[in-house]
Amino acid sequence: MEIPKSFLGYKRENGRAGTRNHVIILPVDDISNACAEAVANNIKGTIALPHSYGRLQFGADLELHFRTMIGTGKNPNVAAVIVIGIEPKWTKRIVDAISKTGKPVEGFSIEGVGDIDTIAKVSKKAQEFSMWASEKQREECPMSDLWISVKCGESDTTSGLASNPTVGNLMEKLEPFGVHLCFGETSELTGAETVCAKRGKTPEAQEKFMKTWNEYNEFILKEATNDLSESQPTAGNIAGGLTTIEEKAFGNFQKIGNLKFIDVLEPAEEPNKGKGLYFMDTSSAAAECVTLQAAGGFNIHLFPTGQGNIIGNPIEPVIKLTANPLTAKTMSEHIDVDVSKILSRQMNLDQAGDELIKATIRVANGRLTCAEALGHKEFVMTKLYRSA
Amino acid sequence: MAGTDIIIHDKKDNVGVVVIEKITPNQDCNCWIMENDDSTKIQSINEIPLGHKIAMADLKAGDTIIKYGHDIGKVVKDIKKGEHVHVHNVKTKKW
Repeated sequence: MEIPKSFLGYKRENGRAGTRNHVIILPVDDISNACAEAVANNIKGTIALPHSYGRLQFGADLELHFRTMIGTGKNPNVAAVIVIGIEPKWTKRIVDAISKTGKPVEGFSIEGVGDIDTIAKVSKKAQEFSMWASEKQREECPMSDLWISVKCGESDTTSGLASNPTVGNLMEKLEPFGVHLCFGETSELTGAETVCAKRGKTPEAQEKFMKTWNEYNEFILKEATNDLSESQPTAGNIAGGLTTIEEKAFGNFQKIGNLKFIDVLEPAEEPNKGKGLYFMDTSSAAAECVTLQAAGGFNIHLFPTGQGNIIGNPIEPVIKLTANPLTAKTMSEHIDVDVSKILSRQMNLDQAGDELIKATIRVANGRLTCAEALGHKEFVMTKLYRSA
Repeated sequence: MAGTDIIIHDKKDNVGVVVIEKITPNQDCNCWIMENDDSTKIQSINEIPLGHKIAMADLKAGDTIIKYGHDIGKVVKDIKKGEHVHVHNVKTKKW
């Protein structure tokens, strides 16, 4: 198949391009959720991104909170941002960082004003942003404007046999076009960690990967009360035939095809070493991982599933594929691309990769994913430890 | 090729994955080895559902399960060729 050279995206002020055109109402903290949701309910064409944290965090955990908030606002799938926090200082820090992209952003704080007057004030600004964004048109953008993140979930052995290698096939075909790519799931590479480390392009990238994996593994060993059965692999994984974390890891690892990664990113860190594949240090929980990748600037996501994970994200469209014929049949409303014919050998990996590329471009051009049509918008902050 | 019941990732693997809805006891199964596009046969002992593994050789407690050409865990209970391989007879070497 000849791979298209372009897609239709929204060009942003900083030179990036979005596959979506969201106006987001971003609460800085848990107690500002009510206000953000009231505004989003008032003003059509806006979405609130409620979450559970943002108070009394400190150190690396607080930095990660800011990085996630700021990165979400900066994502090119977002046209304009309203930030609402209880206090002005942290609100302003987020607004100032997002405004560097050149996109419209405004911050509001609730203390001393109360929810009702804040909602009224914010709603007026949100209406202005929503109507402004509604006039944005899709334009032709080069394939290199696609920043593709990947993560698999509710995996089974069909993931490692077929749906993850399909993603790997897409990566091999699209990398030459200058796309940015990102995989994560540090803990879920356990058993394949040394094989994965060797895929680092430089000795520095390899060492950084092993350091990151070792730290995560030490944390797991410290907290674990058993062999993690039912958590890693999950009960769903086991029902699908996956027996050990090592088996899951080698299946997971198929998603990067034969590519090498340039660098290891902190959670929610934006890559800055140019086009190509990056590894991001993330948990393997679907919503946490995709939220971090979206905050890293990725604008379209590929999600292979075996037993049928149903995750979506509020700003980054999540395309699901499965190679499990039972899942494709029983959960068809969640599956964008069915590659189960690989198992019956009526389809090969090359054909499946092409199908996934076609689906990716259609979604980049605006077609809703199953998760979007069903209203999935899981926005889940990663928390490193307890608040002060 | 139609009629593949089991797919094996790598020729070094001692397990294969069932890719039809299920295989029944004493079924003569067609296996396809992805790595070298070779094929082989095996007779099953148990019923094994889609996605679950079958032993391609007799395995003893303490042996290593090889899949993708790599170590994916240890045998904790002897396994006969053709038997279902899963959490009841294999455990992780990590965690």
